[in-house]
Amino acid sequence: MSQTASIARARVKEQAIVKASHTGQPIKLSGIIAMIFLFISTIYFIVPFLWLLISSTKSTGDLFGTFGLWFAPSFNLFANLQQLFTYDNSVYLQWLLNSLIYAGIGSIIAMFLSSLAGYALAKYVFRGRDFIFSCVLGAILVPTTALALPLYLLMSKWGLTNTYWSVLLPSIVSPFGVYLSRIYASASVPDELIEAARIDGAGEMNIFVTIAMRLMTPALVTVLLFQFVAIWNNYFLPLVMLSNERLFPITLGLQTWNVTTGGVNKFLYTQIVTGALISSIPLIIGCILLQRFWKGGLGVGGVKN
Amino acid sequence: MALENTLSSVSSIRLSKQKPPRQSARLAATPYLFVLPFGILFLLFFVLPVGYAIYQSLFRSQRSGLGLGPATIAFNGLGNYGDVIHDPKFYEGIGHVLLYGVVQVPVMLCFALILALLLDSTIVRFKAFFRLAFFLPYAIPGIVAALLWGYFYDPELSPIVAIFNALHLNAPNFLGPQDILWSIANIATWAWTGYNMLIIFAALQAISPELYEAARMDGGSGWHIAWYIKIPLVAPALILTCVFSIIGTAQLFNEPVVLTPISNNISTSYTPNLYAYYTAFGTNNYYYAAALAVVLAVVTAILSFGFLRVTQRQAGV
Repeated sequence: MSQTASIARARVKEQAIVKASHTGQPIKLSGIIAMIFLFISTIYFIVPFLWLLISSTKSTGDLFGTFGLWFAPSFNLFANLQQLFTYDNSVYLQWLLNSLIYAGIGSIIAMFLSSLAGYALAKYVFRGRDFIFSCVLGAILVPTTALALPLYLLMSKWGLTNTYWSVLLPSIVSPFGVYLSRIYASASVPDELIEAARIDGAGEMNIFVTIAMRLMTPALVTVLLFQFVAIWNNYFLPLVMLSNERLFPITLGLQTWNVTTGGVNKFLYTQIVTGALISSIPLIIGCILLQRFWKGGLGVGGVKN
Repeated sequence: MALENTLSSVSSIRLSKQKPPRQSARLAATPYLFVLPFGILFLLFFVLPVGYAIYQSLFRSQRSGLGLGPATIAFNGLGNYGDVIHDPKFYEGIGHVLLYGVVQVPVMLCFALILALLLDSTIVRFKAFFRLAFFLPYAIPGIVAALLWGYFYDPELSPIVAIFNALHLNAPNFLGPQDILWSIANIATWAWTGYNMLIIFAALQAISPELYEAARMDGGSGWHIAWYIKIPLVAPALILTCVFSIIGTAQLFNEPVVLTPISNNISTSYTPNLYAYYTAFGTNNYYYAAALAVVLAVVTAILSFGFLRVTQRQAGV
């Protein structure tokens, strides 16, 4: 199904190209305009990142003294990295580790729990199913920052504020993950398959782990990476929950530096810039992976037929 | 592979005499057990905080006499909500967010739609490169994006200001009282356009190519196909991105917080979320902050549900 679709697609494109070469001028012109528009957009999206890349190679003096979008004569990246990772008893390294713990553990558990729930909502008929699903849908629309304040008060009642748990536990609840898993499970896990496995004597959990999870892989990866990015980028929740600097994730740590820059602490600018660059590397890797799996996801949808 | 194995086992079963599936108590309990782990956490960290916020918002802390004694907590009914409704600082924030949302959300989504349509069209090249470039900002934490743009706005550091100065032109004051809102809007647009583009792009990819073929046979141009086929068919994706953007706008917090140290034009009540935060942690008035959070959540829900209702009626669903 997907193959015939892609063949048809390729054929349409071919025809379009043939048509373009026949009609000539007008389509070519629109193509040029489109390319110019795309290039200008690319500059808009890439230049701030380029600035970050260039600035991380500069000393504090050069950061303020030289033009931002070109390199300074002296290459200072390694000195900056060394300063970044040793400053204040390597607090940045601790933040990096914390972010990895929050986002890594949080997203893996979130993926497992939400796919399990989404699968159950898609593939079983039971009382309360629709009610649960509407709760999940409603929860997607609740602003998470509106939750953070009362969550802080509850956590302090339970004595959990200023611990890893206070950030980790709320991060593993992903209503959007349940929603996505449900949609995907109902489209990609055939009922006949589940029924067949049951007749073969497989347990329900076994069916989920060995059959459903494999068929749902693209959705699972999407949930995993979305949740990873969401936790990695989260600022408000840790801001509310944590006061011990050693528990901070990178976002909170960098902003703490940002508030204290200037004056005597002008050198912190270089550190923030280098730290910001390092903090985006894991996500860039993750996003490249996401794109690859997204393509896979589009193909798997066709297996059903 | 596993799929093929199981598929073949399906067909072999169909050939043999089919046994009726066992309906046991175990099977009936399974879905509940599957939903349970998520459900418990959902109750604890989603439903309970909402309930607790509503409960807290009904109280207030008061000091007796000269305000020297310990504060006591008293039931205040809907008093906090009355105060919110008459609080000019709350309206200041709502005003900023509304003005911002009315401009930024349509601009960003139009931009994302145009980029997605171009990347789905036949007239451009280097699509993989462009897609990655546009999506790059999504990989940069919101706080970092705000820091980055903060440096672009800061006259001391900004390469944009440097270019203006080199050309002997007056550089815009990005951090000025009027421009700061649009500087914030620009950060959000930069950060989220690629993400929205990808959602729309995925929807475009799902459209059956036969439709285009039919349209071309009828003599439809690329513009016609985009306008009459593609855009209507990706409308659900557009609605989804729009709802997410409305929610994001209502929660505006990170960017103004990051810009506060370099600009004097962001007050503690610049956005409703900022106001709720400072009310809770700056002045320790948790009860009033809870009321603010509840009102903000309700306003957001009304806006996003309202938007969904209107668009669905328009679409004739």
